[in-house]
Amino acid sequence: MNNLTIKKITKQENCTTVDKATIVASMDKKTMMTIYRDMIRTRELDNGIEELLKRGESITQHSTRGQEATPIATIANLRKNDYVMPYHRGWGWAIGKGMNFKEIMAELINKKTGSNRGRGGPQLASWENRIMGRPGIQGAHLSIAVGIALSIKYRKTDEVVVCFFGNGSSNSGNLHESLNMASTWKVPVVFIVENNLYEIYEPITDTTSVSDIADRALGHGLEGTIIDGNDAFLVYKVVGEAIEKARRGEGPSLIETKTYRWMGHSSNDQRYYGGYRSKEEVDAWKEKCPISLMEKDLIAFGVATQAELDEIQKAAVEEKQAAVQFAIDSPYPEYEDLLTDNYADEKEGL
Amino acid sequence: MADEKITYAKAIRQAIVEEMHRDENIIVMGQDIRQSVWGVTTGIDNDFDMSRIYPLPISENGFCGVATGAAMTGLRPVVEFMYGDFLLLAMDAICNQAAKYRYMCGGGEFKIPVVFRVSGTGIGSGSGQHHAQYPESWVMHFPGLKIVTPSTANDAYGLMKTAIRDNNPVLFFEYKQLFGKFGTLESTEPIPFGKAKITKEGSDVTIVTYGTAAPKSLAAAQKLETEGIHAEVIDLRTIKPLDKECILKSVEKTNKLIIVEDSIKTGGVGAEIAAIAAEEAVGYLDGAILRVAGKDTSMPAGKMLEIQVVPSENDIIKAVKSLL
Repeated sequence: MNNLTIKKITKQENCTTVDKATIVASMDKKTMMTIYRDMIRTRELDNGIEELLKRGESITQHSTRGQEATPIATIANLRKNDYVMPYHRGWGWAIGKGMNFKEIMAELINKKTGSNRGRGGPQLASWENRIMGRPGIQGAHLSIAVGIALSIKYRKTDEVVVCFFGNGSSNSGNLHESLNMASTWKVPVVFIVENNLYEIYEPITDTTSVSDIADRALGHGLEGTIIDGNDAFLVYKVVGEAIEKARRGEGPSLIETKTYRWMGHSSNDQRYYGGYRSKEEVDAWKEKCPISLMEKDLIAFGVATQAELDEIQKAAVEEKQAAVQFAIDSPYPEYEDLLTDNYADEKEGL
Repeated sequence: MADEKITYAKAIRQAIVEEMHRDENIIVMGQDIRQSVWGVTTGIDNDFDMSRIYPLPISENGFCGVATGAAMTGLRPVVEFMYGDFLLLAMDAICNQAAKYRYMCGGGEFKIPVVFRVSGTGIGSGSGQHHAQYPESWVMHFPGLKIVTPSTANDAYGLMKTAIRDNNPVLFFEYKQLFGKFGTLESTEPIPFGKAKITKEGSDVTIVTYGTAAPKSLAAAQKLETEGIHAEVIDLRTIKPLDKECILKSVEKTNKLIIVEDSIKTGGVGAEIAAIAAEEAVGYLDGAILRVAGKDTSMPAGKMLEIQVVPSENDIIKAVKSLL
């Protein structure tokens, strides 16, 4: 027994390409227009929130700007009864899964007419749309998503859970605990990590051991996939395949979408342009705007005319104006409302 | 059934198994759940299919999040913590998520019917700093949780049934020192939360207690009785909801209050009860409110040492006599 084995595991990359024309040909116009419309609506919602901020409303804004493609094109693959576990970057997931502007804006400024009756604020949830709550603790939602997927598997339905998170949360222990359990139990959850290269103000090179978050899938027996998160067509196709795999009962996936936020981490961040990030870097990413990119593609492939796209833009602006006004006009919750729903059975009266 | 003796551990098991037969959405989860360190779920895979049994990794925060998500979407998970101390690893999942989720999401259909079985709580195995603490008061602060602290086989059985049927996150404490204690089941019915049990009536002093401190409080009271001192003993059974009415009524009668707990004195359950009495019953009290509690120290390892930092029967007797 003198031959002792030393086995080394190294990362192997396997790149393939896909022709965009093929993806476009595989999609129906309705789906493509829905993705475009919801990206435009997401950007308008961000505009509306900025208007509310300028009016001095108390609001926590984590702008979606620049990252619209990943949540919207991902969710375009989902059915009404599929689940979404959202995260703190913006509101694309809320719009894509069916929440309306009014309930979102009203909630964000804590009005009684909001989706969570005003008490959740940015922690948006919608039972009706199966948006299962957005904890304020980064990464806490990852294991909750696995629990929902476990429940789906137990009930033997073909529903799936899509769980979004950011590169920042990929450093939480909960990610590793969640990937391990999801992979062990082969439950139908698709993890989407939007890597926007910063963890609040810090470049990921200063906080994170890997530049590709998808590497972290490998340690848990999963394949990691990396794609351009600003290309809605690519996101739709690649995530769609992972969702179908989960539906077939073949277990979880992790997909990393490379992207960039144009604005600060939150509305408190005033150093995002020329502070901790160079103006050149931000401007270069703005050239890769997911909405402009899709607009060009839709016209180039003859899917839509400029007039159709302009109409969508116009409708989104109107929807935003109405929602801003609705939110402002809505009442705050009553004082008594602040003390209810700590328990499912109020009669227990603790 | 009344005469049949059953241990505290077996009573918990019986409640879980009966409930699992009643409702197929109940699942059990835990580290070594089939072997079961404390014997509660040992061999449960003989009773149920593995689709209802989830052996868990060393991922306390993660698996409590899993249980929360599963509970939100139709299952009723019963999750075991091998030791009470491990609760600290899952404070976010339990206290920030499970407890607050319904409120945060606007109520309605969002419900979290999960039982966290905080098993192996307290002293009894001499395992030291990280395996012998009493965490009941750590979680008492959080709205959204319910906390159960049974001291007998009968209470453990009936309260477990209620815990499983409850639509909220419930922390169910199970004590090392009590697992092997025999008792009899008085009924197959669930025992409602928030109803304390007067285990001994008396008129001279009120002793409020729960969990492992309850049997020794009763033993102390029985000894005092032989000396002509009539102590009333209230076993809280659940500390959240807390049966305030029962405590205040008793204090109104005895005019004296002692709270006995094995948990550390500072910031303990006793502190809360003393404050309630001071706020709402000061007119009835004719002496100081005393707390007989665990010492303000980290838990020493070894059975010979750990026993010295929690109250003894004698400490309780001395406290009572000091008030009379």
